[in-house]
Amino acid sequence: MMAISTHNHRSNPWPGRLSALLPLGLLVGLVFQAPRIQSGRPLALAFEWVPGLNVHFALLLDGVGLLFALIITAIGLLVTIYADAYMVGHPQRNRFFLYLHAFLLSMLGLVLSNDLILLFVFWELTSLFSFLLIGFEHASAQARNSARQALLVTGCGGLLLLVGFLMVGQVTGTYALSELPGHAAQLHRHSLYLSILMCMLAGAFTKSAQFPFHFWLPNAMAAPTPISAFLHSATMVKAGIYLLARLHPVLGGTPVWMTTLVLLGAFTALWGAAVSIARTELKSILAQTTIMALGIMTMFLGGRSAPALTAAMTFLLVHSLYKSALFMVAGAIDHQTGTREIEKIGGLARFMPFTAAATLFATLSMAGFPLFIGFIGKEIMYKGALTEDVFPGLAAGATLVSNALMTAVAATLVLRPFWGQPRKVHPSGEAPWQMWIGPLLIGGTCLGFGLIPDWVGHWLVEPAVRAIHVTPVDVELKLFYGFNTPLLLSMITILMGGSFYVFRRWLRRRLSQLLPALPITTEGLYEGLVAAVISFAKWQTRRLQNGSLFQYLVVIIGATVVSVGWVFLGSAPLSALWNPPEFPGWLGLLLIAMLMAIGIVVQARSRVLAICGLGVIGAGAAILFLVFGAPDVGLTQILVETLTLIIVAIVLLRLPPIEPQPDANRLQHTLRLTLSIGSGVLVSAFLIAVTQHDVDRTITTFYEQASYIQAHGRNIVNVILVDFRSLDTLGEITVVAVSALAARALIRKKRSAP
Amino acid sequence: MRSVILKTATRLVSALVMVLAVYLLWRGHHAPGGGFIAALVAATGFALVALSEGPAAVRQGLRLRPSHMMGAGLGLALGSGVIGMLAQRPFLTGVWWPPSGVVVGTPLLFDTGVFMVVLGAILSVLLALEET
Repeated sequence: MMAISTHNHRSNPWPGRLSALLPLGLLVGLVFQAPRIQSGRPLALAFEWVPGLNVHFALLLDGVGLLFALIITAIGLLVTIYADAYMVGHPQRNRFFLYLHAFLLSMLGLVLSNDLILLFVFWELTSLFSFLLIGFEHASAQARNSARQALLVTGCGGLLLLVGFLMVGQVTGTYALSELPGHAAQLHRHSLYLSILMCMLAGAFTKSAQFPFHFWLPNAMAAPTPISAFLHSATMVKAGIYLLARLHPVLGGTPVWMTTLVLLGAFTALWGAAVSIARTELKSILAQTTIMALGIMTMFLGGRSAPALTAAMTFLLVHSLYKSALFMVAGAIDHQTGTREIEKIGGLARFMPFTAAATLFATLSMAGFPLFIGFIGKEIMYKGALTEDVFPGLAAGATLVSNALMTAVAATLVLRPFWGQPRKVHPSGEAPWQMWIGPLLIGGTCLGFGLIPDWVGHWLVEPAVRAIHVTPVDVELKLFYGFNTPLLLSMITILMGGSFYVFRRWLRRRLSQLLPALPITTEGLYEGLVAAVISFAKWQTRRLQNGSLFQYLVVIIGATVVSVGWVFLGSAPLSALWNPPEFPGWLGLLLIAMLMAIGIVVQARSRVLAICGLGVIGAGAAILFLVFGAPDVGLTQILVETLTLIIVAIVLLRLPPIEPQPDANRLQHTLRLTLSIGSGVLVSAFLIAVTQHDVDRTITTFYEQASYIQAHGRNIVNVILVDFRSLDTLGEITVVAVSALAARALIRKKRSAP
Repeated sequence: MRSVILKTATRLVSALVMVLAVYLLWRGHHAPGGGFIAALVAATGFALVALSEGPAAVRQGLRLRPSHMMGAGLGLALGSGVIGMLAQRPFLTGVWWPPSGVVVGTPLLFDTGVFMVVLGAILSVLLALEET
């Protein structure tokens, strides 16, 4: 109880509530731009960002951007309101809203970027926030694994996407999206076309969960439900669709584009639809139907006729609406009953009338009943499928079967939980108003849009299709096109869906037997790959990072001696070494003292003696620095020696005495001796050889002259450190700070360990 | 191992060492010295106190945690760079006041940042070791 009250104290609800003003403001702003966009005048904004690389911070609001931006802000607003109740009392409530709106802005940036590199940055940001939000309940191992999986899959796709973008930049000389359609013919003919296309598709397919990368999306349901409603149904997973739509006039229309998109899209759609039947958990069902919907959109973007593209854009809108509403409903059911298993709940409509109404509207749209926008979407889908350039029959068949399965799923979603006999689990009443107002508004919109399809077509779909279709088109969405093939197919869909619903238990049983029996799944391949990487990393860490300081030193010094010695002996005439530089005779005494100290260090049996010997060597080196005119270095050397002595003195008390080397280690002993003498001789010879040549003093002269004039300092070393090369110093002190923190943590950890 | 002689000597010597450190920091721009060296000198002073009176005395005398000192130092170094930007010059460009007759410049601020980071780093390790 104590813990909860302190948490509540920390999670003030108002920051989250007020953050709803962000999507609200953006939404209102976007709505006011709609007439301008509709009349075909895109809104552009550009700053210079990295002019040297031809990369600009360029934003463009056109038809397709507006459609996505409206979906992002409108659903973002409703999800924020929803989450106000869903996240109530959560200790990390404010962090949740921070991530949510950071994602919202990244997603908006993605759909408004007019520069490929900028788009990539936003693309990666959406992956990053998706990672943070899937892993939001980071205490759960499942959430962490799912988050990592989503990040790895979408991240790899993102990197390939960057490669594709760079290749496009190389071929066309521009990163501006709005200029790329003009280069379409050039790209199609180019020998890199196939590589570019594959990279782009890898990015889009991983993000939009297309087969074979579909497996991360159902796992992403570990995220809090508002996130599933927002990121993993309405917005982020549509980023791949957005990219395909954007690139349609640039890379699209070729046989390989059409074949790949239609075949993979159709397969993904059928796969998602079939698996959704086999599932009984609400969010899992919804995730699978999202995969199906993304497959359908990909399939239609494979076509190049106006109806195919219209179908893709219309279904995008239709799906974002009903799916986000249904996710919010799933969360509300979970919130009120504590379960999302549809077999455990029933008859909720009596207790949760508003939620039930919202579900009814959303599922009717999902099933494609007349008067709902889903019906219009389905009509145009069949029209689009029949005009595909490749495999029109297959496209129509896949659309028909997956739509029929969708109808069955929609019926299951509304009838099982809300009507029928109440089951074991009873709800604690209607959900808080924040949790049903959003779904109800969206459900109402599904109906409203269905009643005024020409308005939707005029304001939302037509500008989007115009932006991605090569030639101008007029989009007419109508409630009734007359008695034709699409209408017939719509009717068949509903009939088929009805029979699927009746036989759903049988279907579920067969599919649940079939799915685990698959010999290879792409998720299995992913897991295998990750496990292989981890075991390889463990193996090489055990081999290379085994914690033996001696071994590290042997590798480092040995590698230096061998590689530097090899080059040095091969290039420098050794005779030069017989001409060592002049130095005062009394320094010979110093050298003798240092050599004696080395002898003591090597022979010492006590650590104190060894440290003192090292101190003598260090002091000797400092004197050498002073004599040869480097007072700063000499001073530093002395101070470092002093501090080392103090630190070693502290550590010393805890170390065991030096153990005499047993004879068995004679080989090791010889190795040490060889390496020490070898490196010493090499470095000395190297330095002598260097002094034989005239050193290029350009830089030294520059510093000598500029130090006082430009930087008002006479100590050149210091002026270089704090002025001329201060950026380097800044980096170095950052490293110092970070390593000190790490060292302190290690020392502390050792102490707290028993 | 609390020796009275060491304790008494430490009072005097550590104070002198601190003064020396500040002096080295100040004169570093024209003569041997500077933030890094000054931090090493100051660290020896604190190490002396830690040896004679224990790490708690150092912490009390510092009033500032070593890790916070590092953070403040990094902030100071960054901030001195931002001053250059405010003067419409590239990040980390030295700015002097007054502009001609040079008294103080942002490099001194930067060097003070280096001083604090290095001192904080050494002390955080030293004190952690002492307290083990």
